Amino acid sequence: MNIQTPPDKLTAKDFASDQEVRWCPGCGDYAILKAVQVSLANMGARPENTVFVSGIGCSSRFPYYMATYGFHTIHGRAPAIASGLKIARPDLDVWLVTGDGDALSIGGNHLFHVLRRNVDMNILLFNNEIYGLTKGQYSPTSRVGQKSPSTPMGSVDSPANPCSFALGCNARFVARGIDIQAKNLGELFQRGRDHKGASFIEIIQNCIVYNDGAFADFTEKPVADDMQLHVKHGQPMIWGKAKNKGLRLNTRTLTLEIVTIGENGVTEADLLVHDEKNKVLATLLAGLRPPDFPEVLGVIYCDPAAQSYEQQVKEQNDAALAKGPGDIDKLLRAGKTWTVS
Amino acid sequence: MNLQTGPGRGPAPAPGQASQAERQSVVVRFAGDSGDGVQLLGSQFSQETALAGNSLATFPDFPAEIRAPTGTTYGVSAFQINFGSRVIKTAGDQPDVLVAFNPAALKVNHKALRRGGIVILDSGAFKEKDIKRAEWDSDPRTNGALAEFRVIEIDISAQALECAKPFGVSQKEALRTKNIWMLGLVSWMYDHDITPIAENLEKKFGADDPVGKANVAALKAGHAYGDIHEISGELGPTHFPAVKHEAGTYRLISGAEALAWGLVAGTQLAGLEAVLASYPITPSSPILHILARLKQFGMTTFQAEDEIAACCAALGASFGGKLGITASSGPGIALKTEAIGLGISTELPLVIVNTQRAGPSTGMPTKTEQSDLYLAVWGRNADAPIPVVASRSPGDCFDVAIEAVRLATKYMTPVMILSDGYIANAAEPWRIPSIKDYAPFPVSFRTDPNGYNVFMRDEKTLARPWVKPGTPGMMHRIGGIEKDALTGNISYADANHQKMTDTRAAKINNIADDIPEQKPEIGSAKGKLAVVGWGSTYGPINRAVANMRERGLDVAHIHIRHIWPLPRNLEKLLKSYDKVLVAEMNNGQMLTLLKSQYLIDAKGLLKVSGQPLKIEEVEHAIRAQISG
Repeated sequence: MNIQTPPDKLTAKDFASDQEVRWCPGCGDYAILKAVQVSLANMGARPENTVFVSGIGCSSRFPYYMATYGFHTIHGRAPAIASGLKIARPDLDVWLVTGDGDALSIGGNHLFHVLRRNVDMNILLFNNEIYGLTKGQYSPTSRVGQKSPSTPMGSVDSPANPCSFALGCNARFVARGIDIQAKNLGELFQRGRDHKGASFIEIIQNCIVYNDGAFADFTEKPVADDMQLHVKHGQPMIWGKAKNKGLRLNTRTLTLEIVTIGENGVTEADLLVHDEKNKVLATLLAGLRPPDFPEVLGVIYCDPAAQSYEQQVKEQNDAALAKGPGDIDKLLRAGKTWTVS
Repeated sequence: MNLQTGPGRGPAPAPGQASQAERQSVVVRFAGDSGDGVQLLGSQFSQETALAGNSLATFPDFPAEIRAPTGTTYGVSAFQINFGSRVIKTAGDQPDVLVAFNPAALKVNHKALRRGGIVILDSGAFKEKDIKRAEWDSDPRTNGALAEFRVIEIDISAQALECAKPFGVSQKEALRTKNIWMLGLVSWMYDHDITPIAENLEKKFGADDPVGKANVAALKAGHAYGDIHEISGELGPTHFPAVKHEAGTYRLISGAEALAWGLVAGTQLAGLEAVLASYPITPSSPILHILARLKQFGMTTFQAEDEIAACCAALGASFGGKLGITASSGPGIALKTEAIGLGISTELPLVIVNTQRAGPSTGMPTKTEQSDLYLAVWGRNADAPIPVVASRSPGDCFDVAIEAVRLATKYMTPVMILSDGYIANAAEPWRIPSIKDYAPFPVSFRTDPNGYNVFMRDEKTLARPWVKPGTPGMMHRIGGIEKDALTGNISYADANHQKMTDTRAAKINNIADDIPEQKPEIGSAKGKLAVVGWGSTYGPINRAVANMRERGLDVAHIHIRHIWPLPRNLEKLLKSYDKVLVAEMNNGQMLTLLKSQYLIDAKGLLKVSGQPLKIEEVEHAIRAQISG
C-alpha cells in the first residue's frame, strides 16, 4: 500500500494503480485508460474522492488499473451500484465504465434508469461492437450480418445506437469520441465531469482480436477527415479534407442532408449551426452513421437540469432533518399507547 | 333482527364447549368484499381491544386483487382477531363469530366457523343475484348450510342508509359506512367504549364533513342496536377483563412496522446512516413505505427500477460507508441472489429482508408461507454463506432487525432476515422498549493507512476493515473476482481460492460463538419429544405444547431464531429428546437442514395451505408422535 501523501499537483501516474494492465496488446482500452488518467490529473481530481465503478467485460477491468477507489461489480448492474453509492455519498466523483454488452444488453434497464433519473456520474461506454471477454459473440451494437461464433451466418439483430438510446432515455449530456483521439476524449471527460447529472460518453473502441477494423471506415487516417464531423456548440457543422462539407436541414423531409459549400449556390450561411441544447437536432445528429453520413463526434447534447437526482434526494433528507433529528423512543411511542403498572 | 332458533338453525353449543360467558377469549372474523373496508374495521377493532387491555393476535387475510368484482368469492377479504383476558398467542384456530357482509364472504368463510358459532350477516346483501354470484345453489339462510350455527340477520345496508340520511351523502358513501356500523355493534358485543373511535372519525374527516358525520352516526347506531334489540346472553355484551401484562407502556404493532423501526434502531446503534433500496412487492412494500417517512433518522430510501437494482444500490451504499438495506419477498429475493453473492465476495455489510409468501414463482402473493429457508441458507451460486435470522412474531421483528444490523456490520457480511406475510400484516400488543435497553455496537471505519490491506482481518471476527471512499491514502479496489487473501488484488491462485472459501465459511460459522445457546421455550432440556419451529409458527406451537404439557405429555418447544449459523448447542439439545418433530409452513426445509447438519431422525409437520398453522394441528401431531 502506498501511503505517501500525494503532492498537490498530481500527474497521470498518480492515477495509475500498481496492477499490471491485462488487456490484449493493441487494445483500444489502453488509450482510453491513459486519456482518463491524464484528464483526471489535468482536472485536479483527487484520487481519494474519485470512484470507478464497472460491470463485467473487458472494459470493466478498468477500476483495477486506477489508483482511486474502485468497485468491479456484476454484469450489467454497475449503474445501479453506482446510483446507490452516489445517493449515499453525493460528495464523491463517480465514474462508471461499461461496454456495449454490459450497458446495452444485460444492463440496458439500469442504463435507462440512471440516465432518466439523472444521477450525477460520468458514464463511459466503450463500444467495440463485440463481446470480447466471452470470445467474440456479436453484441447489441454489432451490425447486421456480423459473423461471430454465435452467428456463423451473420447476425440478423438490428443494432442499437448508444447515443440515440441515451437521448431516448432523456439523458442530459450525450457525447461521442474515439479511443485514439486522446485530446478530444480529454475535453469530453472534462465537460462530462463539469455537467451535474448523468453524463453519457460513447467511446468508439477497436477490439483488435475479435472485431479489428470495425470502425476503419471512419477512423482510418485516409478517410478520417471526410468521415468525421466534430461538432462544437455555436459553430456551423463543417467537415471534410477541403472543409467544404456541411449539414443542412431539409425542411420538406425533416432530415439532415449533406451539401457542399460552393456547389449549387450553397454557402456557409445555409449550414446548420450546432446547438447542444437542441434535443431535436441532437436526436438527428446521433442517428447519422457511416457510410451514408460522417460519424458525429463531440458533445452532441448538453442541457443540464436544475438539479441532479441525488441533490434532490439530499434536499428532501435535509428538509426532514431540519424539523429535528429523529428520536427513536418517540417514534416507538407515537400513536395510541397504554400503560400497565 | 332475525334470531332464528328453529329446528336445524340454532343448535346448543357442542358438548364440552364452554359458553362464551365462561370463555376467556373469543375469535371473531370479519369478511366482505375487498372494497367493504373489512381491514379497516378489523384494525380499528384491534386498537380498541388493545386499549381495553386485552391480549390479542390478528390475521388479515386478503386477496391479491385490489378491487375484485363485487360479490365474488375470489374478492373476499377477511380479518380475524383472537382476543380476551388470557395471554393470546395465535389469531385462533376457528372463529367463534363470523361477520359476513355478503353471500360470497359467507361462502368462503362459513366452514371455518366452530360448530355452534355465531354468524352475523347483512341480509340486505342477500338478494337472489348476490347469492347466485357467490356460487350458492340456493339461499344459504334456508338451505341448511348454516344448520350448525346461530344466525343473526341484520339488514346492515338499510341501517347504514338510514343513518346517513340526515347528512345528504350519496348512496354509495352511505353504504360505505357499513363497516363502521358493524364496528359499533361488535364494540357493544364486547363492552368497548366507542367514544375514542367517534373522536378519531371526527378528527379524520373534520367535524363538519357530512361523510364523517354519517360514519359517526353509523358507529353510534351499530352500538345502540344491541341494546335496542335486546341481543342477550351469548351474544353480548361480554366483558373480558384486562390481561395482567408485565408493567410498561404498550402499543399495537404489526410485523412490518416493527421490522422497519428495528432497522432504524439498529442503524442508530451502529452509529450509521442507512440507504434502503427496494422495489414494490407484496407483502414487503410496507417496509419501504414506513422508512420513506423516516428520513430524519438518516434513512434514505430509493425505489429502484427492479429487484436486482435495489440490491445493487444497497450494496453501492454500503461501499460508500452507509448501511445498505434491501427488502423484498421470495421472487424478488431470487432476483437479488447474484448481487448478494457480490456482497459476500467483497465482504460488505448488507441487510436483506425477506417477507416470505407462498410460492413457487408468483405463487400466492397475499398468502403466507415459510418456504424460502433453502433460498436464504443455500440459494446462491457457489459456496456463499450468510447469516440468516428469523422473526417469530410481529413485535419480535424489532429485535431481529437489530440483530441483523449487528451481524452485518460486525462481520462485514450480507445478512438475511426471514419474516413472512402473516407476521408482516398481523398485529399484537407490544411492550415498547427503550433504545437504552440495547447495547450499542458502533462501527469504526478504518482511516489509518499504516499496515492497511484490503482483506486483512480482525483475528476474532475474521471481518475485513470497512473503509469509506474519500479517506486519503486508503484507495483500494474490490470486486467479484476472487482476490488475494491479503491485498485484495485479483488472484486465480489455487491455494488462495481454497483459503478464501474456507475463510468466508469460517467467518460465518464463528458467529455461532456470538449468539445465545438454544434453550427450550417451554419444557425441559431432554425428554420424549421436542417440537422444533422457527419464524411465525411460534404461537401455535407454543400454545399446543403448553396444552399438551397440561395434559401430562412430555413435550418441549424449541424455537430457532438463528437459522444460520445454528446455535452451538442445538445438536446436543435435539439429541437429548427421543423424538424431534419439526413444524413448519413448507415442504420440509428446516427438517432437511437439521437432518443434514445433525443426522437426526426428525419428522415433519408440514403445511402449505397459505394459512397459518393451527394449534389443534400441532396438538394432533404431538399426540401421534408420543403415542406412536
